[in-house]
Amino acid sequence: MPSLGSDMESGRLVEWLVAPGDRVNRGDVIAVVETQKGAIEIESFDAGIVHELTAPMNEDLPVGTPLAVILAEGEEPPAGPTAPTATAEPAPETEPVAEPERPAPAVPVAASPPAQPDAIRPASPAARKRAGELGVDLTGVSGTGPGGAIVLADVERAAPTAPRPAPNPVEEMRKAIAAAMTRAKRTIPHYYLSETLDVDPAMRFLEERNADKPPTERVLLGALFVRATVLAAAKVKEMNGHYTEESGFAPSKEVNPGVAIALRGGGLVAPALADAVNMTLDETMSGMRDLVSRARAGRLRASEMTRGTITISSLGETGAEAMTGVIFPPQVALVGLGAPHLRPWIVDGAIVPRHVVTLTLSADHRVSDGRRAARFISEFETALKTPEAL
Amino acid sequence: MTPEDLRRLFLEELSRIAPDIDPATVADDDHIQDDLELDSMDVLNLVSALHEKLGVDIPEADYPQIATPRLAAAYLAARTGEA
Repeated sequence: MPSLGSDMESGRLVEWLVAPGDRVNRGDVIAVVETQKGAIEIESFDAGIVHELTAPMNEDLPVGTPLAVILAEGEEPPAGPTAPTATAEPAPETEPVAEPERPAPAVPVAASPPAQPDAIRPASPAARKRAGELGVDLTGVSGTGPGGAIVLADVERAAPTAPRPAPNPVEEMRKAIAAAMTRAKRTIPHYYLSETLDVDPAMRFLEERNADKPPTERVLLGALFVRATVLAAAKVKEMNGHYTEESGFAPSKEVNPGVAIALRGGGLVAPALADAVNMTLDETMSGMRDLVSRARAGRLRASEMTRGTITISSLGETGAEAMTGVIFPPQVALVGLGAPHLRPWIVDGAIVPRHVVTLTLSADHRVSDGRRAARFISEFETALKTPEAL
Repeated sequence: MTPEDLRRLFLEELSRIAPDIDPATVADDDHIQDDLELDSMDVLNLVSALHEKLGVDIPEADYPQIATPRLAAAYLAARTGEA
């Protein structure tokens, strides 16, 4: 079970798209996993032949749980019975009685380590209390705490007998956003620079360009913003990459722009295009259309959820004039764009009506200072002034 | 196609590009952006789908005329009647 974000703890395998014997390439979509951010397609990390699907369907699996065995060309299957080695949390013994409607798992669930019936199982007070509430017998629970002590999470894992109500996707999404944004605000010293940009040249360019194009070839202002962000990020490296506590800032060679997409009913995802520097404007636009369509259909891929190196959040064509956004960790910058507003503007000494957009760059002070943010904004503005070059 | 057919087709395509919208709950005067929360990319996908289904190429300047199912049915009836 891959991690699809630093705050993801587990995922639920809901569909296999391959079967034993199938040949897969690195990057092929092999399964669908339900996460707090919706259904995500999981790609294979390796090339080879699918030997065995080991993970059970429709259970919460901690990040790191093996899902399948893929053998490289010529590799022998692992010796002995192919029951999965209990690398992940072994399922508690009470499990098989749970949820009778669930199809029997294809692979026998690994037995719990032998219980020590005569020893008093060490358990935390909170775990004992919760076990009482849930009616869980602690002798059947394997502990993951210090010295094998049973902790709260072990008890909760051991108590699936009462089918939990299906998680409400909107609530789950809210929780995922809450976790990521709380972490961002707690750990990232944000600072912000804003600039109001005349977008009339860009809008005129698009009007003319789109006038004689069929709908599938039309380009939206948002695609120009993504192109301008990508070009600016390629030049100002302190805005493009990942920051982790362990290794500090790692600038990214590629620019993978995450595009924030608001979902109806609440919530938001920010899947990313890959290596966008060398894309044309048309390619950028069609990549964004594809991301939006698949975000709506719940068909985003795992790599798209994690590869972003900078995020663009645009309020679209109508709405508020400015937005000061929260950085999406482990990224270090977010470009917030308000909706275009018609305002009096001074061009060549005369006051004229112009459509303007306010750009607010949120950046991470551990990585950069205001001067670099100003440079980023200036690069963005320059790019937008010559939209035909995007 | 009757205006009723066109209205149904419009709602079908709408729910195809935005699968989280139940066409049965959409009122005739619901605004696709203000009420149904389509963004500009969704609108473009909708216009592309209508182009493909009906052969009607809706220019950007006409987008306000397909802003609700009622408006869209009338607009598409007029445009499909052109040929």
